[in-house]
Amino acid sequence: MSSRLVNWFKFSSPSTFYPLAGKIGFWSMVVTVVLLAVGLYMSFFVAPTDYKQGEGYRIIYVHVPAAWMSMFLYVLMAGWAALGLVFNTRLSAMMASALAPTGASMAFIALWTGAFWGKPMWGAWWVWDARLTSELILLFLYLGFIALQSAIDDPRRADRACAVLAIVGVVNVPIIYYSVIWWNTLHQGATIQIRGESSMDPLMLTTLLIMTLAFWAYCIAVAMARVRSIILERERETTWVGEMVKEGRA
Amino acid sequence: MFEIFRTVVMRDLVLALRRRADLMTVLFFFVIVVSLFPLAIGPEMSTLRMIAPGVVWVAALLASMLALERLFAADYADGTLEQMLLTPQPLALLVLGKIAAHWLVTGLPLVLISPLLGLQYGLSGETLLVLLFSLLLGTPALSLIGAIGAALTLGLRGGGVLVSLLVLPLTIPVLIFGSGSVEATASGMGGEGHLYLLGAILVMSLVLAPLAAATALRISNE
Repeated sequence: MSSRLVNWFKFSSPSTFYPLAGKIGFWSMVVTVVLLAVGLYMSFFVAPTDYKQGEGYRIIYVHVPAAWMSMFLYVLMAGWAALGLVFNTRLSAMMASALAPTGASMAFIALWTGAFWGKPMWGAWWVWDARLTSELILLFLYLGFIALQSAIDDPRRADRACAVLAIVGVVNVPIIYYSVIWWNTLHQGATIQIRGESSMDPLMLTTLLIMTLAFWAYCIAVAMARVRSIILERERETTWVGEMVKEGRA
Repeated sequence: MFEIFRTVVMRDLVLALRRRADLMTVLFFFVIVVSLFPLAIGPEMSTLRMIAPGVVWVAALLASMLALERLFAADYADGTLEQMLLTPQPLALLVLGKIAAHWLVTGLPLVLISPLLGLQYGLSGETLLVLLFSLLLGTPALSLIGAIGAALTLGLRGGGVLVSLLVLPLTIPVLIFGSGSVEATASGMGGEGHLYLLGAILVMSLVLAPLAAATALRISNE
């Protein structure tokens, strides 16, 4: 039991996690490149044309994974931040701040590709649909997190303050989501429905799955690269970083 | 325990009432913002009636953001806040007292003057009443949620703008249900459902927000 505990906490120290993060980041990047090559080829050439939306629907293969990642990363970020707040571990907070820019970029990609999809399908770049609005608010929440992080000079205080903000945000996200849905339906009724189609073609689903996995791998790779930089930045006074730099391994 | 709550509320009220001009700025800000819209959009009464709930609510939201900075700043500057952190009484209760006093001097005046502004926008009697009720339920929730942001950004550079960036996304449900209740009443659908939800948000933030704000204050004062 005790040996398992030791193993479990071994990588909660930045100095042991740093090389591991490098390995995870490298292999995730390899997986990303492979899956993206396969996934993009399939989404452009293999997946069948949609009978209703034509070729324009193909942006779904970027749009949907990005939207999923943006939502999932927020919960993950808040989870890491809460861990850091409760157990006072340095690395958890670093993970949270490493995930924030990736999540924000995913939310941005989801909105951007959504606009590209909306123009040919709905005839408008933007509609005040419940999903679009809540995704936009999610982007604002990410930006608030990043802004608070950069406004506080002391990294420990920044971590803890951001953790409180992220937890409050997670409690608020379902309320925001449902309030936006009710607001929308109460106003005008659902004139535009994304879920109008019947079940998906299996080939489309496979492509979407591959692209989603590619986005997963990409987010892991980028977060690992960022957490390595954060570790180096914050631990620059320590001996292990000094030795590593001297040996040229950083 | 309620003694300390009462003490904090009374103390903050006395302090606020000694500086009445500060209170008036928030109220005047609210009135001016609401009065600017007809000037920008035009005096067409039917248009104004349509946008009235949204305008009044957004103005109330902005006014309460503006007032947030004052919530902890003075106590932080003169060291009172540190003493509060050291007291044996639960900090969340003290924070709740501060928020209550803050709402009484900045939120309540907005609520009371709102029917007058609604009248300028040609709202009918029943709609004015719902507007009053929605603000009565909504502005305390805004103060509670905002207190978390105010506590987090205590003593930071550019705190005022940062507070808005952090807090505004979190207040969207209050805005939606608040202006929604007025709009639903105006269009004859009845705003009770919105008001219930607004009440639910108020109760939830009443329980959770002081705890979060107290944690944030401890972090800011390490």
